[in-house]
Amino acid sequence: MVKKSHVSTTINGEAVEFLCEPRQSLLEVLRDTLRLTGAKEGCNNGNCGACTVILDGVPVNSCLVLGVEVEGSKITTIEGIATESHLHPIQQCFLEGAALQCGVCTPGFIVATKALLDHNPNPTEHDIRFELAGNLCRCTGYDKIIRAVQDAAAVLQENRS
Amino acid sequence: MPHRRGESYALKEIEYAAATSVDEAVGLLAARGDKARVMAGGTDIIVQLREGLRDADLIVDVKKIPEMMQFSYDPAKGLHLGASVPCYKIYGDEKIAAAYPALADASRIIGGWQIQSRASIGGNLCNSSPAADSIPALIAQDAKCTIAGPSGRRTVPVAEFCTSPGRNVLARGELLVALDFPPVGKREGARYLRFIPRNEMDIAVVGVGVWLRLNEKDDTIAAARLALAAVAPKPLAAPEVGTWLVGKPATAATFAEAGDRARALAKPISDMRGPAEYRVHLVGVMTTRALTGAAERAMKR
Repeated sequence: MVKKSHVSTTINGEAVEFLCEPRQSLLEVLRDTLRLTGAKEGCNNGNCGACTVILDGVPVNSCLVLGVEVEGSKITTIEGIATESHLHPIQQCFLEGAALQCGVCTPGFIVATKALLDHNPNPTEHDIRFELAGNLCRCTGYDKIIRAVQDAAAVLQENRS
Repeated sequence: MPHRRGESYALKEIEYAAATSVDEAVGLLAARGDKARVMAGGTDIIVQLREGLRDADLIVDVKKIPEMMQFSYDPAKGLHLGASVPCYKIYGDEKIAAAYPALADASRIIGGWQIQSRASIGGNLCNSSPAADSIPALIAQDAKCTIAGPSGRRTVPVAEFCTSPGRNVLARGELLVALDFPPVGKREGARYLRFIPRNEMDIAVVGVGVWLRLNEKDDTIAAARLALAAVAPKPLAAPEVGTWLVGKPATAATFAEAGDRARALAKPISDMRGPAEYRVHLVGVMTTRALTGAAERAMKR
């Protein structure tokens, strides 16, 4: 039995400590240990993006990060996107634009969109399709997702001005 | 009950060590031999260990080694790139992307953004896939590997690094520490292009990396270097084509004939990504396009 490691990290703005084995992915730690089940396991090999979280400012597939690697890191998961009383504008635009059907890919898309709009507040359609290429959706055909991201970018721009 | 994953997709019980110096990593790798595996971004090795494609008892994380996470660019000295630096740092640096555009092209299309946030060029090279996107770009941009091992350091050109699918010249205890690129002069341009049936997020059916320098009138090729991916058991340097290009006019006809010459070197296999004849055809088309793109970039420098 391999010894568990003690890991200190910040998740959604709160200091979090956990114990994990080296074999456990960050996704397993989030879902099974910390019960943050918003990040989804789709492919478990880095293709689908359903497990996307923001790690130290950049989006990553949490299935391809080991829990032991995030010592000292700052993580944002889908649970940290909305405030207690309000959905984030990205979530509101996905909802209003019906940019989801089964919903398994949606947490990953929302988190990846948050990262995209943080880095590039006014993306072109090409930018959106390129930067979200690491998120797969088998329901929508993507067009509604692209429109929801464009709508969210516009709302966020308006909120800033 | 907590969610359980099928045993076949869970990572087996394994040890983890985050080395903080090259010497510490070399010591671990030398002691444990092929039962230890290096992890930089982890985007290949974690999947391979999970799916049983590679085996290890110990993962040696090399992202906590400062020397391997550093990169610096000096127009007079060139680019020094630590082997663990993630792809997004490369294309995110305007000066580096402008000086080494084939490297930037490749680092921008290895997986999606989530992969580029973790995956390193050094890791892409050490994974040594014949279809790796970075390796033709590294060969075209004349990169050299610094390898540390139990008996000290050595330098190997990237063109001589890979030996067969998934294998390379690293011996027991050896570690790729950094890649060094020569300074870039005027009228030099480079391009990496790959063919995939999707828009993004796929493994190259064929990839081509090229670098060239034009003469002072911008109309003749003064020097050229090419490398081809996914058409041989390892990334294939094509010095024959580079030598042939020297002194030729920088025209569509020249680039088309260079494509024919690249086709003649290709010895691909047929697999799920495409039959061999298709790859041979594609490598000609992509060579012509990559040379055209590199020449356009060279004219702007």
